[in-house]
Amino acid sequence: MSGIPSSSIARKIIMALSGLFLVVFLGQHFVINITSVIAPDTFNTWSHFMGYNPLVQYALQPVLIGGVIVHFVMGFVLEIQNRKARGVRYFKYNGGANASWISRNMIISGATVLAFLFVHMYDFWFHEMVYKYVEFSPEDPTRYYTETVEKFHSPIKTGLYVISFVLLALHLLHGFASSFQTMGVNNKYSAAIKTFTKVYAIVIPLGFAFIAIYHHLNPITQ
Amino acid sequence: MKLTLKIWRQDSANSKGKMQTYPIDGIEGDMSFLEMLDVLNEGLINKGETPVEFDHDCREGICGSCSLQINGEPHGPDRMVTTCQLHMRSFKDGDTITIEPFRAKAFPVIKDLIVDRSAFDRIQQSGGYVSVNTSGNTLDANAIPINKQDADSAFAAAACIGCGACVAACKNASAMLFTSAKVSQYALLPQGQVEATERVENMVRQMDLEGFGNCTNTGACEIECPKGISLENIARLNREFLSANIKG
Repeated sequence: MSGIPSSSIARKIIMALSGLFLVVFLGQHFVINITSVIAPDTFNTWSHFMGYNPLVQYALQPVLIGGVIVHFVMGFVLEIQNRKARGVRYFKYNGGANASWISRNMIISGATVLAFLFVHMYDFWFHEMVYKYVEFSPEDPTRYYTETVEKFHSPIKTGLYVISFVLLALHLLHGFASSFQTMGVNNKYSAAIKTFTKVYAIVIPLGFAFIAIYHHLNPITQ
Repeated sequence: MKLTLKIWRQDSANSKGKMQTYPIDGIEGDMSFLEMLDVLNEGLINKGETPVEFDHDCREGICGSCSLQINGEPHGPDRMVTTCQLHMRSFKDGDTITIEPFRAKAFPVIKDLIVDRSAFDRIQQSGGYVSVNTSGNTLDANAIPINKQDADSAFAAAACIGCGACVAACKNASAMLFTSAKVSQYALLPQGQVEATERVENMVRQMDLEGFGNCTNTGACEIECPKGISLENIARLNREFLSANIKG
C-alpha cells in the first residue's frame, strides 16, 4: 500500500470509508432511538445492552470514536489543502452554475454536525461515563427512557438538535453517494445508490428530528 | 452591442494584478468571444495601450489553448464549448462581462489572462503513454480485437484537450478529471495494461506534487468540460489507484 498515506486519492478513500462507517452507525442509532417513541421498554432494554455489553463498550465504542475523529480530522485537512490549491481567489466565481450548494459546502454542514456532536456527547455520553465510572452508580435498566425524554425538555436544546439534523441531512445528501464514487463505484447501480442516498439522507435525520420533537411535546409527568 | 469588460491585468508572473474596466462598442452577436477580445485589443493598440494577452491557437475547439474564466465560469456560460467557440450572442447589450485567468496554485499567471498549464504536461509525461517498440516490428493496433463499448469509452476519455477548465471550475482546483481521462484512455485498452500500475501511481503522484486540490465529487468539472469528459473516468481512476496499491 505504498501510496496510501500521502496520496490525495488515499485521503479521499479514508474519508469515504469512515463516512460510510458512520452512515451505518447512524442507521443503527436510529433504529434504537425510534423505539423510545413506539416501545419505551424495548428502548430501555437495548440502551442497557449498548451501555453495558463489553463488546460494544470496549471494542465497538473505541472504533466508533476513532471513525468520528478520522472523518472530521481528514475533512479539515482536505479543506485546508483545497483552499490552498486555489491560490489567488476569483474576482467572480459562479459555483452555483455547475455544482449544488450542498456539495460545495460540506465543510459548513460537517462543522455544524461536529459542533452538535460535542453537545450530544455532553448530554448523553459524558453523563453516562460519570454515572458509571465516577459515581459508580448501580446498573438500572429502566432509567434510559426517562433520561432521554428529560433531555428534550428545553425548547432551545430541541431546536438545536433539529437544526443539526437538517444540516446532517444536507451532509448525507452529498456525502453518502459521493463516497461510492470515491471508492470507484460509478456504474449501472449508481442511479439506485443516488436514490437510496436521497431516501436515507432525508428519512434518518428527519426521523431523529421527529424523535426530539416528540419527546419535547410529550414530557414525562409524574 | 455595447458591453463593459472587467478584465484581469497583470504585467508578469511576479507582479500584482488587478481588475481593469474597459467599455467596448460595436460587438456583433456572430463574433466569437476571442474575436471580441481582438476588437478590444485593436482599440487598445490604436490608443497606444498594451493589449490584453490571452491564449489561443486553433480557434475551433480542439487545441485546448484558449481558457478564460468568463462571468465566473470556465469557457463562459455555454456548455460543451471552449472560449473560442463561445459567441457573443450569448450576451446581451449592456452586459458587464468579467474575464479572469483560470485560477489554481498549479496554474500560475504568466501575464494578464495567460496561465502556465505545464503542470498538465508533467502529469502526462509521468505516465500518460504506452511504450511501443518502434524498431520496425510494431504490431498493427487494429490487429487486437477490442469490444466496441471499451473502444468508445477510451475514445471519449481521449477527447480531453487538456484545457484546464476542470481545474478552473472545481472549488478545490482539483485536476482529477484531467488525470482520470488520461489514465482511462489507456486503462480501457489492452495496450495500456502492461504499464497500468506504474501509470496510475506516477500520474497521481505527479498530480499531487503539482499542488492541485482533492476531488470532492461536486461534479463541476464534468459540467464545465468542453469535451464532456464524464465523472465515470474519476471513478475508474480511483479503481485503478486502489487496484495498483493492493497489487503493491
